[in-house]
Amino acid sequence: MSVTLEHITRAVDGIPTIRDVSLTLADGTLSVLLGPTLSGKTSIMRLLAGLDRPTTGRVLVNSKDVTGVDVRQRSVAMVYQQFINYPSLSVYENIASPLRVQGKSKDEVERRVQEAATLLKLEPYLNRTPLQLSGGQQQRTAIARALVKGADLVLLDEPLANLDYKLREELRAELPRIFEASGAIFVYATTEPSEALLLGGRTVCMWQGEVLQTGETSKVYRRPDTMRVAQVFSDPPLNIVAIEKKNGSVQYAGGVAAPASGLYADLADGAYRVGFRAHQLELANGKTDRHAFSAIVTVTEITGSESFVHLKRDDSNWVAVLHGVHEFSPGDLLDAVLDPNNVFVFDAADRLIAGPGAG
Amino acid sequence: MARIDLVDLAHCYGGNDAAPESFALKPISMTWRQGGAYALLGPSGCGKTTLLNLISGIVTPSRGKILFDGVDITLLSTQKRNIAQVFQFPVIYDTMTVGQNLAFPLKNRGVAHGEIDARVAEIARLLDLTPYLERKATRLTPDAKQKISLGRGIVRSDVAAVLFDEPLTVIDPELKWELRSKLKALHRALDLTMIYVTHDQTEALTFADTVVVMHDGRVVQSGTPAELFDKPEHTFVGYFIGSPGMNIVPAHVQGREARIDGHVIALNRAYDRLPAGARIEVGVRPEFVSVAKPAPGLLSAAIERIDDLGRIRFARVRIGKVKFAARVPEGFSIPSQEAGLVFDPARVHVYADSRLVEGSA
Repeated sequence: MSVTLEHITRAVDGIPTIRDVSLTLADGTLSVLLGPTLSGKTSIMRLLAGLDRPTTGRVLVNSKDVTGVDVRQRSVAMVYQQFINYPSLSVYENIASPLRVQGKSKDEVERRVQEAATLLKLEPYLNRTPLQLSGGQQQRTAIARALVKGADLVLLDEPLANLDYKLREELRAELPRIFEASGAIFVYATTEPSEALLLGGRTVCMWQGEVLQTGETSKVYRRPDTMRVAQVFSDPPLNIVAIEKKNGSVQYAGGVAAPASGLYADLADGAYRVGFRAHQLELANGKTDRHAFSAIVTVTEITGSESFVHLKRDDSNWVAVLHGVHEFSPGDLLDAVLDPNNVFVFDAADRLIAGPGAG
Repeated sequence: MARIDLVDLAHCYGGNDAAPESFALKPISMTWRQGGAYALLGPSGCGKTTLLNLISGIVTPSRGKILFDGVDITLLSTQKRNIAQVFQFPVIYDTMTVGQNLAFPLKNRGVAHGEIDARVAEIARLLDLTPYLERKATRLTPDAKQKISLGRGIVRSDVAAVLFDEPLTVIDPELKWELRSKLKALHRALDLTMIYVTHDQTEALTFADTVVVMHDGRVVQSGTPAELFDKPEHTFVGYFIGSPGMNIVPAHVQGREARIDGHVIALNRAYDRLPAGARIEVGVRPEFVSVAKPAPGLLSAAIERIDDLGRIRFARVRIGKVKFAARVPEGFSIPSQEAGLVFDPARVHVYADSRLVEGSA
């Protein structure tokens, strides 16, 4: 099966929430909708589900127009951020409920509930009611119900957002395996770059109701088309500095000049903006082929495995990440160092024109 | 501003006569110094919210005492304790301007006008709210509203402590970075005792000087982020801190050797006096084990999956039946389904019945 959104727009009270979105989702694929709050992720899911109608454009299932077809006539299952279960029913009956509605035989219900319970590690809890479960178990029950329905399209709207950090980590590790076993079309909305990276699949990067870029998750991460995509797909936030290339040298805003080596070598003369993620910024490494800035430490955050060093340089705030524990005091002056082969260079229209890796 | 002492403090929602195991907070004694930044970290149900509610006075403890600067305040009401609180969701007055919202806690206390203006200006400056002071709060985004809530929490300079209850829950990832570093800068600038409750290790570790890790109603370790990372005193701390958490594997330990799945790993210290009959495990963080080409002398593991986090890659492997995570060195291509594991002996810890055992040199 395939689902296609064709030039979809949607406006609510005259205010556009979705702007000309075209997307095709195929069988057995996972698509991650990645974007900040209000970027249109939930709106896209509601359009895919048939809960909302587009203002213009068409929704196609297997090339057949289903734009006006009600959600009940479509083969869709949804999981929300809030854990939604039937509180008075046992976990078993919660999972079984879509099969009961479909009028499946007792044997089939039994078999499929057990399958889903095994996959989601819910076997010990089948006789409990949802409120006797932890948040993670409740959400696993909701996911089991969505899977057991056998829907062609499964939509998960920030399903782990309300869970404890560690539970999120554990469930996130299990999800790719669960998706693989099911074969349906999965769409997963999240605000977190690390979640997209861990889930893999394809990423649909969203911003203000628009799809900015679609592609294999690791490719979108490593080769963002625009500065905005790089920003949406960076945590810590993307660091940015303006440059001017002229006569074989690069002038960084705020004073530093350096030979236009590395990725700068082939740039035409002119103004650009350079983006780099926290791990692309090194601190005082002594290598001579690098471009060095003086930056002032504002805050150091230490997690034990990594130290995040917040820096101020001119009017820009940057974040660098270092392995291990590095204690810097606010006000310390550091050499922040860029590798001219490991930056993203954006043109005046914020399109990527040079970056690390092939392409 | 105050030093806070918790003296044999415990709480059971079922009353003091309940069985010790049913206490939501098992007896703890600890001291939090004036001006410190503390985090209470743990999963839901670990007792961290109970402890916060005891300090704020919302709940009266079944046992023990709470002292602020040596004065017993155990039975004082929340109002009389002189603390400020910031909650998960913004609590602000929509009809007031941003400036009026910030001034409100001071006005309530009858602080002089001039002093209010100066303090509101300072807090607004620290939080980058100065341009919005005259704006009505009603039309602001949830993040901006939460920023005002933070501002109201810290606007009074005379509070004994500021309590934060998961204050960044509603904030988008990018803004979390900004607010977290703001909060840290505020702490430094204002000399307030801050206590921050969260289940999110990143928030706890990056905010606090001292992180108090709770599990099942107990404090399992209290220490700096580096201490919790480098030397977890309990396997729960190893598991809960770090992402992925520490690998904990059953092992047979003797002298300077640990035997895992029939294979010998060298240890940096000697373990000659392990408690008899205890469950012995070895703990090592994924950061300190790396995958390599299979080779004689290396513990072999089956690769199940590679997690690519962008700036670092972790291999999810299995040693026999035990799940294990290990770092994939930069530029290393995964040869096959099988890998050898290279341990950093200095980073391998030994646990007996979940408690860290100190070896001898």
